[in-house]
Amino acid sequence: MPFEFLDEVPTADVGFRAWGVTLEECFESAAAATLAMMLENRADLQPRERRPLHVQAESLDLALLRLLEEIVFYKDAENLFVGIDAVNVGRHGEQWEVTAIAVGEHIDAARHHLLGDVKAVTLHQLGVRQTETGWEATVVLDV
Amino acid sequence: MAESTGARLRQRITQVDEAVWEIPSSAKPGMRVPARLFATRALLDQMDDAVFEQITNVAMLPGIVGQAICMPDGHWGYGFPIGGLAAMDPDTGVISPGGIGFDINCGMRLVRTNLVFDEIRDRIPELVDALYQRVPAGVGARGLLKLTDDQFRDIAMRGAHWCVEQGYGWPEDLEHTEERGAIAGADPERVSPRALDRGRSQVGTLGSGNHYLEIQVVRPESVYDAGAAEVMGLDRPNQVVIMFHCGSRGFGHQIASDYIQAFLPLMERKFGIKLPDRDLACAPFQSSEGQAYFAAMKCGINMSFANRQMILHCIREVFADQFGRDPHDLGMDMVYDVSHNTAKLEEHDVGGRRRRLLVHRKGATRAFAAGMPDVPGRLREIGQPVIIGGSMESGSYLLCGTASGRQAFFTTAHGSGRTMSRKQARKQFHGRRLEQDLKQRGIYVRTVSYAGLAEEAGAAYKDIDAVVAATQRAGLSTPVARFVPVGNVKG
Repeated sequence: MPFEFLDEVPTADVGFRAWGVTLEECFESAAAATLAMMLENRADLQPRERRPLHVQAESLDLALLRLLEEIVFYKDAENLFVGIDAVNVGRHGEQWEVTAIAVGEHIDAARHHLLGDVKAVTLHQLGVRQTETGWEATVVLDV
Repeated sequence: MAESTGARLRQRITQVDEAVWEIPSSAKPGMRVPARLFATRALLDQMDDAVFEQITNVAMLPGIVGQAICMPDGHWGYGFPIGGLAAMDPDTGVISPGGIGFDINCGMRLVRTNLVFDEIRDRIPELVDALYQRVPAGVGARGLLKLTDDQFRDIAMRGAHWCVEQGYGWPEDLEHTEERGAIAGADPERVSPRALDRGRSQVGTLGSGNHYLEIQVVRPESVYDAGAAEVMGLDRPNQVVIMFHCGSRGFGHQIASDYIQAFLPLMERKFGIKLPDRDLACAPFQSSEGQAYFAAMKCGINMSFANRQMILHCIREVFADQFGRDPHDLGMDMVYDVSHNTAKLEEHDVGGRRRRLLVHRKGATRAFAAGMPDVPGRLREIGQPVIIGGSMESGSYLLCGTASGRQAFFTTAHGSGRTMSRKQARKQFHGRRLEQDLKQRGIYVRTVSYAGLAEEAGAAYKDIDAVVAATQRAGLSTPVARFVPVGNVKG
């Protein structure tokens, strides 16, 4: 998977590095990492529900944070585990805008192997940067 | 890089008293006050370099009074270290969500019973299984209450009072809860629809991570102050108590996230505040933004009190069902409920003058002394109860506040603090093996996530005995009794 969990983060929580050739792939990898903190096998998640997503922010890192916050929101507000597909990242004036589709289903302890609970996407060590091979993001999650 | 700066700051630490250390305000440009750390030498040496970086950043906050303070269980957090404390002048100072924590009013509740260990020894698995069935825990868990939007807003305003009025508690529970179960000034209009949507179905859920519900026993040799213990309701050898640790769930987290992001773009542009760490996002307490967060934060505080009240109700129902006796008859009274993530307006003596201060406590527990007005009833004779939770393997403590706590705005530690990352703990420990190992040692555990259980292995945490001893040596709190776990529910 195009993400790895990090050691050098606040000990009470978890952090990851996610990457992709394009910015969109990087964002999708970050979303996959966030879901992977909660659900062991992504393959167990059926695409029964879809929610359109649209977030914006002054900076790329905050745009990523707000996208990942959608995963956390749907988990608590609608009891849905969602992955994120069809990410599109663009610049509109002063803002970065991200559109995507959240795809998933209601949390089912009988079928979903449950791990931890992501409660917030933090600013800690948050970064999105271009690399020689594409894009890379660092995110720390409050669990 | 944070670590190398932290390592440099470690070199600037001097000893002030037996368990009191200081980093002078000259150690880093921008520090308005010194940083003061309460710890033994051993605990200080164990602290991450990031703690020194963070506590000296806290010392830069506008309006900070006295020192930026770190408790003996201090460890790497967001903005503030966990175990961080900052008292602010309410007129000139700031309010910072990082000084309260994402999990607003994360706290501990302790309940006594008339039962002794021999009465439960042979039925611990049944008892724990019943609690596991009854108290929703883990990711995706929903509370038992189906609340309308109006009802949830009511809970955000009235906290545990709402629960007691609905029949989910006893009036005396409120007397034994910090702030009497609800803090005045909560305004749900200051809370985003997102936060309300996240929290509405989570009232009465335990959570996950380091949140837990434990059945514990007070061994006679672990009662250090029999008189204080008796006042707190611990009055028989091998008494069974129940302790649980949880907070405001997604609700508090969303409130914190919303306001951190709201404050960020305003700090320099509107307020002229420049700080080295975005996690210290803040606003002047007297600004409309600062007051909005304060009113929203109070909603988080109240929801958390209601959360713990509902869980207590479930625990009483389980014990009543298991023992065929009314919970009153089982003596299931609350000892106390403490918060360890809050900001409150309090009066303190500073430099010979009585001052009103906004006290941020993040991963730190209020510990008022005997005689102080906010300590209720008979507890006022001995001081406010303090509950410091250890790991699921080590046990926990009941303490009380002490007069010498004035040196830290009557604050003490909250737990044992992690020393190992969750990733490392998952590599090193195996959840199911740990479960078996604990069972052999007389601790029966039920968990939603075995990966989560591995992360909570005792070896991932500091030594609770050392942390509590440090609070005593520093004069922040005094141990009353120690509890050993015999049953545990984890999310």
